[in-house]
Amino acid sequence: MADQDFPTGTLMAGKRGLIMGVANKNSIAWAIAQQLAAQGAEIAFTFQGEALERRVRPLAESIGSDILIECDVTDDATMDNTFGTLKDKWGKIDFLVHAIAFAGKDQLAGSFVDNTTREGFKAALDISAFSFVDAARRASEIMNDGGAMVTLTYLGSERVIPNYNVMGVAKAALEACTRYIAADLGPRGIRVNAISAGPIKTLAAAGIGSGRHMFRFNKAAAALRDNTDPVGVAGAALYLLSDLGLSCTGETHHVDGGFHAIGMPAEDAMAEASGTQ
Amino acid sequence: MSDVAARVKKMVVEHLDVEESKVTENAHFIDDLGADSLDTVEIIMAFEEEFDIEIKEDESENIQTVGDAVKFISAKV
Repeated sequence: MADQDFPTGTLMAGKRGLIMGVANKNSIAWAIAQQLAAQGAEIAFTFQGEALERRVRPLAESIGSDILIECDVTDDATMDNTFGTLKDKWGKIDFLVHAIAFAGKDQLAGSFVDNTTREGFKAALDISAFSFVDAARRASEIMNDGGAMVTLTYLGSERVIPNYNVMGVAKAALEACTRYIAADLGPRGIRVNAISAGPIKTLAAAGIGSGRHMFRFNKAAAALRDNTDPVGVAGAALYLLSDLGLSCTGETHHVDGGFHAIGMPAEDAMAEASGTQ
Repeated sequence: MSDVAARVKKMVVEHLDVEESKVTENAHFIDDLGADSLDTVEIIMAFEEEFDIEIKEDESENIQTVGDAVKFISAKV
């Protein structure tokens, strides 16, 4: 995706923030980063492990970011270090983007009721939902009043999506966490929202079984009859993280071509979705 | 060289940032071309996109070399 896809301006001028969860150039979090940077934001990134560092570092450098911190959300010491580093470098921040989720591969296929294990459940909820609570608490300690936070979720939290399984449960928890965090930080004018993006071809999506079917079905059944463009998700994030989003908090905002609004796809869409047309 | 082979080779050179001469039919993505496990997922996704095909997970596990990829893709397109 070229930089010119993202409208430039000054909506984020003078604002600094952290983006957690860029994996590579296809990441939704990277689209958000580019959009925020195009509007003047200064951005720090976290990465987990050497393989991801190799991917994230050149991306960060391409938008002039020199704060890249190794962080494992299950490791308190690295979380301490992440927010401590931001405090040392910047003093205060204005926004947080949380784009982190995990479930074991064995948990993301077939029967939810048969395949979900205690360990798998705990890991999915810890990394995908608790990590936002933890990051939000730490971020709020150094966040200017009037700041904003955004996390990424998916429709599998509200409805059954084949193979999404325990990740759907974790995303339901994440959306609930978003509302509770919003209530707690609201008195300081800090807004906290979730973006429920339609399926996008990312590394994370590659971990979910039946991917191609998912994209074909979403494209056919969505109101806009198209898959979700990361540029649209980035635009929603810009709105929610800038002063454009004033008064909006505790919300789960769908950016999915209207897929969530459809109860039953039209006949021609069903044929298209099943590949028979 | 078939059209598929040429396109696959070009994609591998670009994605893994390796010299064209190294991308032989027998070149192993991980052992010979320095790919890590994420590279293999990324390149499989890139093949799916480029050739408009689906490569299932159990199928992708069998794609270990450049030749494996060319053979698999040629059978699908």
